[in-house]
Amino acid sequence: MNIGIVIILLFGLLFFTGGSVGIIRFPDFYSRLHPAGKLDTMGLLMTMGAMALYNLTDFSMTALITSLKIMLIVVFVFITSPTATHAIVDAGFRAGLAPWTKQKKEDDP
Amino acid sequence: MEKIFFYAGLYLALLMALSLYRAVAGPTVLDRLLGVNAIGSKTTALLILLGILYQRVDMFIDIALAYAALNFIAVLGASRYFQKRKGLHGENENL
Repeated sequence: MNIGIVIILLFGLLFFTGGSVGIIRFPDFYSRLHPAGKLDTMGLLMTMGAMALYNLTDFSMTALITSLKIMLIVVFVFITSPTATHAIVDAGFRAGLAPWTKQKKEDDP
Repeated sequence: MEKIFFYAGLYLALLMALSLYRAVAGPTVLDRLLGVNAIGSKTTALLILLGILYQRVDMFIDIALAYAALNFIAVLGASRYFQKRKGLHGENENL
């Protein structure tokens, strides 16, 4: 049981690491939104799932409700994180931010 | 088991410091908004970890839920605010 919890937690931290490295190293604002939107949500699901499982090790009704509330936070984030990402993309697109291309900067207006 | 959760929280704080680089040195305003959003979604997980370390999970869950809602509303409001602004790019020319 504990080994499974640790493995799920480590995979969640791996997803968080990928998200942070992607945010730092991608070249463009639009491409940076990809790790920020996806990997953080997946890492949150796995770390929260590990903690909800750990909370259930000594079983009682209170612990069950607490774990259910943790998973409800995950459901909330699964709804709101793509919405927030889409709002940021929309703001950038309407402000006229040009996507990154491989050419150099000299033909930019 | 508690020690594993402690080191996981420490590592999560390190990742938040990595995302803080994008929030400080982002070329545009929306990059900073993106970095702050990433920090906020990591904070939600870190709050539950703190609740397990203090053995008061039922109290820290409500704080984490309020933080997630606040993060969402802040990002939505800021992106609506910066939607029609000119000069989002070109504030710092070299990416």
